[in-house]
Amino acid sequence: MTSRVRVEEDGTVVVMSGKVELGQGITTALAQIAADALGVPLEKIRMLPASTAYSPDEGVTSGSLSVSEGGTALRKDCEELAPLFGTKSPVLGRSVPRLDLPRKIAGRPSYLQDMVLPGMLHGRVVRPPFGFRKLVSIPEGEFVRDGSFVGVLAQREEDAIAMAAKVRAKAQWERSPEPPQDIHAWLKANVAETHVASDKGPLSRATLKAEYSKLWIAHASIGPSCAIARWTGKKLEVWSHTQGIFNLRRDLAMVLGMPEEDIVVTHAEGAGCYGHNGADDAALDAALLARAAGGRPVRLQWSREDEFAWEPYGAAMSVALEATLDAGRVVSWQHQLWSNGHTNRPGRAKQPTLVAAAHLAEPMALAPPVNPPLPYGGADRNAIPYYDFPAQRVLNHYVREAPVRSSSLRSLGAYANVFAIESFMDELALASEQDVVAFRLKHLKDERARKVIEEAIRKSSWGSFKKYDGAGHGLAFARYKNLSAYCAVVAEVEAGEELRVKRLVAAVDVGLAVNPDGVANQVEGGCIQAASWTLKEGATRPASSWEDYPILRFSEVPAVEVSVLRNDFPSMGAGECAMGPTAAAIANALHDALGVRVRSLPLTAENIVKAMP
Amino acid sequence: MEVEINGERRAVEAAPETPLLYVLRNHLGLVGSRFGCGTGQCGACYVLVDGHPMASCDLPLSFVLDKRVTTVEGLGGASGLHEVQKALIEHQAAQCGYCMSGIAVSAVALLSNEKEITEDKIRSALDRHLCRCGAHNRVVKAILSVAK
Repeated sequence: MTSRVRVEEDGTVVVMSGKVELGQGITTALAQIAADALGVPLEKIRMLPASTAYSPDEGVTSGSLSVSEGGTALRKDCEELAPLFGTKSPVLGRSVPRLDLPRKIAGRPSYLQDMVLPGMLHGRVVRPPFGFRKLVSIPEGEFVRDGSFVGVLAQREEDAIAMAAKVRAKAQWERSPEPPQDIHAWLKANVAETHVASDKGPLSRATLKAEYSKLWIAHASIGPSCAIARWTGKKLEVWSHTQGIFNLRRDLAMVLGMPEEDIVVTHAEGAGCYGHNGADDAALDAALLARAAGGRPVRLQWSREDEFAWEPYGAAMSVALEATLDAGRVVSWQHQLWSNGHTNRPGRAKQPTLVAAAHLAEPMALAPPVNPPLPYGGADRNAIPYYDFPAQRVLNHYVREAPVRSSSLRSLGAYANVFAIESFMDELALASEQDVVAFRLKHLKDERARKVIEEAIRKSSWGSFKKYDGAGHGLAFARYKNLSAYCAVVAEVEAGEELRVKRLVAAVDVGLAVNPDGVANQVEGGCIQAASWTLKEGATRPASSWEDYPILRFSEVPAVEVSVLRNDFPSMGAGECAMGPTAAAIANALHDALGVRVRSLPLTAENIVKAMP
Repeated sequence: MEVEINGERRAVEAAPETPLLYVLRNHLGLVGSRFGCGTGQCGACYVLVDGHPMASCDLPLSFVLDKRVTTVEGLGGASGLHEVQKALIEHQAAQCGYCMSGIAVSAVALLSNEKEITEDKIRSALDRHLCRCGAHNRVVKAILSVAK
């Protein structure tokens, strides 16, 4: 086994982690862990980009697992070397500044998009902004074609863009069917399998029932996907901002019909990654175009329209909840959800998942989106309530056919499940005239869970909230995946013509925070992104531009305060824990403001009006 | 053709309709201006044209031939980073950082054109800039710290 750590002659420690920088600051946190384990100053650590050429296969950088999994493995390798070094350096638990930010903010080359290789050509794909079965016709011209896969190559980027536009304008495709109008009714009518996620105790007759839903949500990274590929004879090199270099390599080998050993995939940073976006697909596109480049490297850049049209979206979901109250306590609970799978990542199935594979002259059937198994779960992530209920049943109705391509988006099913559970907890408390905070606490035994709720209440000055016409506040809580970070969020809103979130207060317990400011930054960003999803985002079909997919802007962003609880429990990831609690806290605050319970996301004026009695 | 970029006359061989962004990134190696949408909707590619923040992704080269262009690389002049950039780093006001060049450019323009800087003015000046990671509030704090 190769070690993740190597010491150079000048004392520099070279670290080869399999986890990759996605804009979340993991490079800095891993460097801190290595410095701590070895007892060397942080400046001595040099982090290499992950590559199949030398990195360990640590799967995919996802699920808020990089500190717990990648960090633990790295620490183990470091500790084998530690006797070579001095005493421990106090670098863990300190908010050291991110190592990568100075060059990014200076505008220096930082991203894959900025890489230049000698003799590099610029490539663009020619795809329509809608799903299609096949290319029907295409005018004569200069392009690379393999069946229905079409792209262009040029010396200059502006020429590649112009050529692609010209070809696209005259090409014709046979369209796939439009996604169903009412996706939630459609999901219920198309269940392939039902999985029982939890079943304990006999259920009682429900006293309260409610149904919640969300639509498709885009990752919508600011930088569209990009990849560079170069063929040398029968060997292929690929640079990608993928979340999983080895997984991508497996799918590339499958589609290109070559041994994995003949492909090197090296990670290079892209713009912020919030789950499985177009990065892997762009890598195959680049490899296909580079076959026509005579050994020259090809830089393939997706357009904004390509990204919105072809990246996988976070899946639409329906959640139906029922509960029985007895003497003010929940004695029976049922959670049913209907959804496509929440992961369609490459390298995990016998069929590929990469977009172009389905368009080749010898097309390949693509693997459908599936769900990672519990306890992490996919659609059923956080579907099992973390509260102590004596009887409960959780059913995950899996829909295999995906009308819109779906895959992992930050927190997977937890966003919708926590939104539903935490909205319903408020509904139950209010229906039985109980305080929403006390109602939660009396169903929670876990001390750490109680503590984050109490901290969010304290920090937001919950008790002295100033109520005025149209104003409201709300609380929500979840423990991510029921086994990772604890997070409670208080939202304060103002409902005028549109719903505005004025303030979010989050309290989190991630165990020992390797970099407390990094944790706060991730949670703050998570709160803002979740507020954007919750207020504005929900697609019924793939979008095509920022005009038809608006996100929260500077003037709309709420104040966010994050409290990171201090303790020495094992470290857990922070990136995803705030998504569900933020959504439910906002919905609960909206109810507090207007007395209207909105169960369909996003909480737009239209959905609020529809929910009015 | 010649253009004035960051105080220097630079010779460029490109068609007059070429979007400025590609001239900067590929012909002049100034990759700090990032590609985000190509239609001026996201703000990642902003540069200063005669001191005014503008999207470079849909701005033809011909438009800037007789004007002064400042990119993120030129904000600080010869002295390195501009105060705004230093403050962004100090406040750790980024996650992926991809949108930050455009934001820094607009912030510098705001600071030089406005006397009384308020949080509201910063937010409205940056409203054209999309940030997906949620670094907004740290950015606002960083810019306010420079204004004070």
